[in-house]
Amino acid sequence: MKIVVCAKQVPDTTEVKLDPKTNTLIRDGVPSIINPDDKAGIEAALQLKEKVGGTVTVVSMGPPQADAALREALAMGCDEAILVTDRAFGGADTWATSSTIAAALKKIDYDIIITGRQAIDGDTAQVGPQIAEHLGIPQVSYAEEIIDASEEKIVVKRQFEDRYHIIEVKTPCLITALAELATPRYMTVHGIFDAYREKEVKVWTLEELKDTVDMSNIGLKGSPTNVKQSFTKQAKGKGLYYKDLSAEEAVETIVAKLEERHII
Amino acid sequence: MDFTLSKEHLLFRQMVREFVENEIKPIMQEIDEEERFPREVWEKLGPAGLLGIQYPKKYGGQGGDYLAYVMAIEEISKYCASITSGIAAHSSLCCWPIYQFGTEEQKMRFLPELLSGKAWGAMGLTEPGAGSDAAMQQTKAYLDGDHYVVNGRKCFITNAGEAKYYTTVVMTDKSKGNKGMSILVIPADAPGFSIGKHEKKMGIRASATADLIFDNCIVPKENLIGKEGDGFKMIMQTLDIGRIGVGAVGLGIAEGAWEETLKYVGQRKQFGKTIGSFQNTQFEMADMKTRIDSAQLIIYRAACTKDAGLPFGLYACMGKYYGATIGSDVTRRCVQLFGGYGYMREYHVERMMRDAKIVEIYEGTSEVQKMVIAGHLKVGK
Repeated sequence: MKIVVCAKQVPDTTEVKLDPKTNTLIRDGVPSIINPDDKAGIEAALQLKEKVGGTVTVVSMGPPQADAALREALAMGCDEAILVTDRAFGGADTWATSSTIAAALKKIDYDIIITGRQAIDGDTAQVGPQIAEHLGIPQVSYAEEIIDASEEKIVVKRQFEDRYHIIEVKTPCLITALAELATPRYMTVHGIFDAYREKEVKVWTLEELKDTVDMSNIGLKGSPTNVKQSFTKQAKGKGLYYKDLSAEEAVETIVAKLEERHII
Repeated sequence: MDFTLSKEHLLFRQMVREFVENEIKPIMQEIDEEERFPREVWEKLGPAGLLGIQYPKKYGGQGGDYLAYVMAIEEISKYCASITSGIAAHSSLCCWPIYQFGTEEQKMRFLPELLSGKAWGAMGLTEPGAGSDAAMQQTKAYLDGDHYVVNGRKCFITNAGEAKYYTTVVMTDKSKGNKGMSILVIPADAPGFSIGKHEKKMGIRASATADLIFDNCIVPKENLIGKEGDGFKMIMQTLDIGRIGVGAVGLGIAEGAWEETLKYVGQRKQFGKTIGSFQNTQFEMADMKTRIDSAQLIIYRAACTKDAGLPFGLYACMGKYYGATIGSDVTRRCVQLFGGYGYMREYHVERMMRDAKIVEIYEGTSEVQKMVIAGHLKVGK
C-alpha cells in the first residue's frame, strides 16, 4: 500500500502572536513543530504500513526550514520525504495551498492520502478536503480510528458532533486525521541519525510541478482569500469555581446551573 | 574548533526531552519515595533506541555516537539519575566489553537482545573487599569440562535482579594476581546464581542495587570474553569508556538543579523582592552555570575525542571527576538558595543533592580519578 501523509510545520504555541501591521504570525523565537493532527496522521500511516505493508511518503509545503519537520517524520519511520517549496508558492491561502499540494501529489502514486484535520496556526480544516476535490478522490474527514484497511478499501470511524459514522471507502482516497487517531511514537535514535546521514528530503520547486500545476491557482496571486483583519481573541470572563464539594454536592451544583440556564 | 551541535544531535536531544517529559517526569518523585526500579520506563527505553545509542546497527544498536550517548545521559539525569545510572551500567559496563572483546558469535548471541532493550545488563566487579583496589578480587572460577564453576560474591551491583546478563570479573588463576583475572558473561538463570537483598541507599533510590551471589554457579565456557588472564586489562579499558557517560550523570543533575533554582529565585520573594534580585543569588547562579558549562565542555570533548578514534582516557577521567564534583557542589548550593523549602522532599533539589553524591563514588571515586589523571600526566614520574 502506498501511503502519503501531508504534514505542516507550525509554530509551537497555541497563543500565536500577531504582527499588528502585517496581520501575519510572529514566528521569531517560537520553536517549530509538526502540526499535532498531522503527526497523528504520520503515526496512523506508520501503523497502516506495519499492518498491511507498503511505504509512507510525507509531503510538506512550506519554507526551506520545513526540512526539519520532514527529517523528524523520517526519524519516526517514514520512507520518503518531499518538500514543496518555492517563492512562487508563498502567501498562499487554503485554495492555493491545496492546489499546489495536489499538483505535487499528481506526480506520486498513492492508495491513501492522510492529512491532519487542521493546523494549529490557521485552524481552517480546509486544505485536506480541498486536496481530495482537486484530485477527484473520495474523502473522509475527522477520522478518529481506522477500523480496517486493505489495498482496495479502508473502513474509517469518523467523529461527528453527536455521533460517529463508520465509513467504508474505496482507495485511492483521502482521510483527515484527528489527533485522537493515533498517539505519535518517539523518533528512534537510528531513525534520527539516518534522517540526516542516509536519507534525503527531495525538494520540489515550481520547476518540478510545472506540468501539473495551474499557475493561476498558486501563491498570493492565486489566493482568492484576503485577510481583512487578524486579532487575538479576548479571553472570556473567569469561569465559576466550586471547591471542596463532595461528589453529590458537585452533581447537584452542576445540575442546578444547567437547569438555571435551560440547558437541561 | 566547532562548538555547535549538528542538526541530528539537536533533533536527538529533542527526542530525549520528549521521552523525559512523557515517561520520566511524571514518576521521578514517586519512584524515589518508593525505592522502585521503574520497569515501565525501562521497557520503553529499548524501543526508543536509548539502550544501544552508540553501537552499530549490525548488533542491534542505533548507529549513533558517544556524543549522542552522553547527551542522553545528561538530559535524563536532569530529572532522574537513578535511570541513567542503570543505563550507564547497561550500555557501558555490560555491553562494551562484549562488543569490544567478544567473538563475532558472542556479539551476535548477546548484543542484539541487550542493545534493543529486550534484555538488560549489569556488570559484576566490586566485591566487599575489592572496591578501589579492584585487583583484590576473591570471586573464583575454574574450568570443569565445558563450563566454568564460579564461587564468590559481588556487591553494590547496579541493575542486580533486573538484568538478564552480568558481565562479571572472576579470578581464574589467583596466583597470577592481575594477570589471573577473566571476564564471564553470566546469565541470570545460571544454576547456582542468586541475588542478595535490595540495598537501601541515600540517593539514586530508583536504581536496583544488590549483591550477586555465586555458589558453585555453572557458566558455559562459551561465555568467556577474551582470553583467560586478560580480565584486568579489559576491565580497565571498560572503565575508561564508562567514565565518559557517568561524568554526564553529575553534569545532568547539576543542570537540572540549576534550572529548578532559576525558576525558584525568580518567584520567591523576601524583603519585598525576588531573591533572584539579590547579588548573592546572582553571583551564585553565575558561578554555578560557569562550572556547569565547563563540565559540559570537558565531557563533550571526551565523547567527541572517542568518536574521532583518538585517545580519550585523560579527558574522560577529567570529565568524570569534574562532572561528579559539580554535581555535588551545585546541588548543595541550590538547596541553600531554596532555603527551608530546599530541604523538603517535595522540592526536587533535595533528591538531586542525595543523588549527586554517588557520582563522586561509583565507577571510580573522585580520588581514584585524580590518581588516574595524575598518572596520565606523569606527575612525579
